[in-house]
Amino acid sequence: MRSSVIVFPGSNCDRDIAIALEKMQFKNQMVWHKETKLPKSDLVVLPGGFSYGDYLRSGAIAGKSLIIDEVVKAANSGCLILGICNGFQILTETGLLKGTLLRNKNLKFINKDVHIKVMNNNTKFSNKYKNNQLLKINIAHNEGNYFTDPKHLDELNKEGLIAFKYCDEKGNINNGTNPNGSLENIAGILNLKKNILGMMPHPERMIDDIISNKDGINLFSSLLN
Amino acid sequence: MKFSVTVILKKDVLDPQGKVVENTLASMGLNSIKSIRQGKFFQIEVDEKDHTTAEKKVDEMCKKLLVNLIIEDYKISKI
Repeated sequence: MRSSVIVFPGSNCDRDIAIALEKMQFKNQMVWHKETKLPKSDLVVLPGGFSYGDYLRSGAIAGKSLIIDEVVKAANSGCLILGICNGFQILTETGLLKGTLLRNKNLKFINKDVHIKVMNNNTKFSNKYKNNQLLKINIAHNEGNYFTDPKHLDELNKEGLIAFKYCDEKGNINNGTNPNGSLENIAGILNLKKNILGMMPHPERMIDDIISNKDGINLFSSLLN
Repeated sequence: MKFSVTVILKKDVLDPQGKVVENTLASMGLNSIKSIRQGKFFQIEVDEKDHTTAEKKVDEMCKKLLVNLIIEDYKISKI
C-alpha cells in the first residue's frame, strides 16, 4: 500500500507517522507542501504539528498550500485521507471535513494519554478494532474542541461518522471525561463517504510497548486490510 | 484605500478567552462589565480607486481566508 505524508513548515509529527507507516510495511513518501503533484497514493496523511506556527487559525494557512488542491482531488476520487491533530485542523479548513476545532475549553495545551472509544468499526480505518473497544492514546493540542452545527452533528450520529469519542478507562462518556470541551466528546470524525478520517489523538505514537503501548497499530493494519 | 476588518466569534460559540478577560477585569474591581467577546482585527490597504470594487475584494479575502464562517462573524469598515 502506497502512502504519502505531506510536510508543512512547522509539521512535527511527520517523521513519527512515517516510522509507523514503514513499520507496517507501507511504501511511504514524504511530500513537501510546495509540490504540485501528489505521488500515486492509496493513503495521504496530513500529520500533526503547528503548520505555519498556527498563524491566523490552526491549519488555515496550510489549508491553502499548493499541494492541498491535489489532496482535495485525490480525496474526491476516493483516496484514503488521514488527518491527525493539526492534520485534522487542516482538513476542516479545506472543507474536506465539516466543522472546526476551537481552542480547548480550559484554554490549556493538553498533552496526556487519554482513553477513547471506537464508535464505528465498519470503516477502512477501524475494521481491526471492535466496536466500543477502549484505546489509550496520547493527545497533544491546544485547539481540539470540535464544534459543528446541529444539522451536521445529527448527520454524524445518524450515518455513523463519529469514529472515536473521549471516555474514561471504564468507557464512560460524559463531561467529566471530556478533556477539551469537544461536542459530544468527539475525538475523531469521518466524511460521508468514509474515506477521510480526522482525529485529534495520535495513533502513530502508540505503536511500540517500549515508549507507550500498541493501541494505535490496528488503525494502520485496518488500512492494510 | 484602507479598510478595517473585525472578526468575532458568533454569539452561540463559547469564547473562553473573552470569559477569562472578563473574569480578570472583574477581579480587579472593574466590575460593571456585562460581557466581553475577544476577536481579531485586520487593517487592509487595497490598490483600488473604486470603493465598491475595493470592498468587494476585501469581502472575498474575508470569505476565502481571514474568517472561518462556521464560527466567526466579520465586519468591514472603511478607514
